[in-house]
Amino acid sequence: MKLQKKQIVSSNSIGKQLLDFLDDRTGYRGALHELLFERVPGGARWRYVWGSTLVFAFVVQVITGVVLWSSYSAGAQSAWESVHWIQHEMSGGWLVRGIHHVMAQAMVILLALHLMQIVIDGAYRAPREVNFWLGLVLMMLVLGMALTGYLLPWDQRGYWSTRVATNLAGLLPLIGPSVQQVVIGGSDYGHLTLTRFFALHAGILPGTLVAMLVLHLTLFRKHGLCAKQPIRKPDAMFWPDQVFCDAVACLGVLAVVLGVILLPALRAMLEGRPIDPGELGAELGAPADPSQPYAAARPEWYFLFLFQFLKVFEGWGASGEFLGAILIPGLTMGVMFLMPIIGRWNLGHRFNILFTSSLLIGIGLLTAMAYNEDYVALWTDSSSFSDVKDLLEKTGNDPKKIAEAFDSDVQKIAAFNKRSHRYESFLRSEAFLAAVAQASVDGHRAIELAGRPERIPPSGALDLIRQDPLTQGPRLFEQHCASCHSHVDPASAQAKTKMSKASAANLYGFGSVAWMQGLLDPAAVDGPAYFGNTSHNNGDMVNFVKNDLSDTSAWSSEDIRAVIVAMAAEANVYDTGIPESDISLIERGRALISDENRCGSCHDFGINEVNPNMAPDLVGWGSREWLIGIITNPAHEKFYGTQNDRMPSFGVTTDGAIPRLSLSQIELVVDWIRGQWYRSRSSNPSAHHASEK
Amino acid sequence: MRSTPDKATDFEKTSKPAPGPEHRRSFVIKAIALACGAIATLSPFAAGVWTYLDPLRRQSKASTFIRVVSLGSIPDDGIPRLFPIVSDRLDAWTGFPSEPIGAVYLSREKGSPQVKALSAICPHAGCFVGISAPSDCFRCPCHNSSFTLSGAMIQPSPSPREMDTLDCQIDESGQVLVKWENFYTGIATKVPRA
Repeated sequence: MKLQKKQIVSSNSIGKQLLDFLDDRTGYRGALHELLFERVPGGARWRYVWGSTLVFAFVVQVITGVVLWSSYSAGAQSAWESVHWIQHEMSGGWLVRGIHHVMAQAMVILLALHLMQIVIDGAYRAPREVNFWLGLVLMMLVLGMALTGYLLPWDQRGYWSTRVATNLAGLLPLIGPSVQQVVIGGSDYGHLTLTRFFALHAGILPGTLVAMLVLHLTLFRKHGLCAKQPIRKPDAMFWPDQVFCDAVACLGVLAVVLGVILLPALRAMLEGRPIDPGELGAELGAPADPSQPYAAARPEWYFLFLFQFLKVFEGWGASGEFLGAILIPGLTMGVMFLMPIIGRWNLGHRFNILFTSSLLIGIGLLTAMAYNEDYVALWTDSSSFSDVKDLLEKTGNDPKKIAEAFDSDVQKIAAFNKRSHRYESFLRSEAFLAAVAQASVDGHRAIELAGRPERIPPSGALDLIRQDPLTQGPRLFEQHCASCHSHVDPASAQAKTKMSKASAANLYGFGSVAWMQGLLDPAAVDGPAYFGNTSHNNGDMVNFVKNDLSDTSAWSSEDIRAVIVAMAAEANVYDTGIPESDISLIERGRALISDENRCGSCHDFGINEVNPNMAPDLVGWGSREWLIGIITNPAHEKFYGTQNDRMPSFGVTTDGAIPRLSLSQIELVVDWIRGQWYRSRSSNPSAHHASEK
Repeated sequence: MRSTPDKATDFEKTSKPAPGPEHRRSFVIKAIALACGAIATLSPFAAGVWTYLDPLRRQSKASTFIRVVSLGSIPDDGIPRLFPIVSDRLDAWTGFPSEPIGAVYLSREKGSPQVKALSAICPHAGCFVGISAPSDCFRCPCHNSSFTLSGAMIQPSPSPREMDTLDCQIDESGQVLVKWENFYTGIATKVPRA
């Protein structure tokens, strides 16, 4: 015991000696004392915490930012890819990125609170003017970092929002276009936009911010805390009273930030869903694509008021945009910089408080308006507009006809116009929500593709998207095929209307047992899902199905089933729908198809001989090669030959011009129709099975 | 700690320059010190600024006519359709052989061999304009600028001008060529970007 005590004493004294030495050489005790024993007039208060929470938030951003920086790669083919790596592959990457993302938003709120407290307490008045100005500069730096950070993941959202933001910067008088060119690193967005935004975000802006923050804090200490008047309580020391409040507030901020990140996980847990950490924290959309429209482009919520503000100037032309994007925001900042001077008079101080509060209320209102415009369809019943919709469709939106419908009753017309205006807003909101949903689908698909075992090619994740049948198939189909063909699940609600509008077959589930079953169904073959709306609606095939196949003495139901299964086996699409028990029927079906007294009397099936222009060749019917062939040139003798209806040849031209679709585009459509695209194991447990097939 | 400022004032008192050649020498030293310091710090700074402003001195390639589609692919129903612009693209140090660099709306009136090309970029703030199906017009998803299918403004619109038309040619083999250009947004006149 004695020995231990002695040891402690001696180690204590060694420690003290060391500290004494350090103090002698650095004077750290005095500095620490200076730092901690600041007098707080009137005692510690919760209202003084905002500045400290902002410093705390900045420190968190530096810590998380440097960690993100360690894995981030600024480049058009590596930015999205590296952020995907951070978010979905690195352990804890989602958490660090989530904290960085949410803390940035918290900082904006804290800035507003800090500013409000300073203005209300009159802390901007002499002798603290310069410090107030420094504060405003700090605020702009933080907002600048928020703006530049939004682009760095190089996803569709950041890309399109940044295009708008930099275009608005181009409106600055005289220097605008040059500023824009310098910031985006040329005339187009790409590598240099990212490297420059990154340099701004992680170097120039935070570097300046640190310098300004040092000055801000030095001046704050020089002038002392500006106490809320009147002082009722005795003075206290910064340590520990105010530090206690500050520390609790910082912990509170962190708790809120973590809460925002983890809330979806908690919800999933309560609902018993599996938790994917990659889905938590900050979202990552589909990679930026300048050729792909992005209708869900919105700035971060704290810039939404500026976004909404631009809509206020409808009909003002170019001057409206200049007013909304440059002049009014500039003047507002100007007034804020003048506040210390305006505040010298008592009335001026009141003006400042009124100005700041109305500014914040205005920002709040504009933000609420922006949200309402975008999401109004969520809480509006579409059926409440059914009469408006009907009348608009009936009159073709012709004002004359609308007036007639209301017997030229001015009041009724005005009421209708008001409602049709609201209906239009509703449609806009619906379109926005659809775009958001599509963006989410595209984002998830990009992440699924990036998670393939082969990873991302050197050409970047965008290349994966551009070569993905699931993403590109529907787009190409919509552009080139949908004017004639439908692609809709016959069991769905809109199937009937969609199919009746089409002038060619419904290609949903093409090549599967179900599709083939419909083709050989006398009740369906001349319906809109098959030949009903084509020139073949009274052709040989339709007559064969309606007459011959209905004759049970010639065609037993098992024979028909065998043909269906054999055809589906030829197509061998992803989801053939051939039950295990029917596999034995395939051979029998193949024999029936090539039988010169049955299918083989018109269709070629390899061993029989028929006039090639009679009917499509059924060898490998519905297979990848067969489909590529028929889309390339349906008038080829192997397909419809001279009997081709209106289907264009997409892959060949007679005059040496470029064809409508390139081979790779045709392949994308074919693979999509056949359901052949990459599926991760988690998205589809049968993916493994498919690859075995 | 406290003795330091005293020492400094003592030093200043004693080193107060005497008039005459000594004074001149002191002035020269100050001037040289300032000049050396300024040159030392400002030259790398100037070099940095010079390099940072490199994008201003870089001329982008003159816009050229790019083959988009064959005339037959544009239905002559007056309804614009979106076609990708595929071209070689340079992004700083990376060269992309023929990839989609943007998109253009092409339309053709009934029986007309003339093609109208509209840039899909909104002249207001640069978002991607879409076709809004129910009301048959162009609508920008960002700030609700609306245009007729021929690109004229539907008032009230936040846009300062109508949609930007692109020059269009049809070559002897029936190919539609479009002059691919970007324009400054937010101003009343259509000014191509340098």
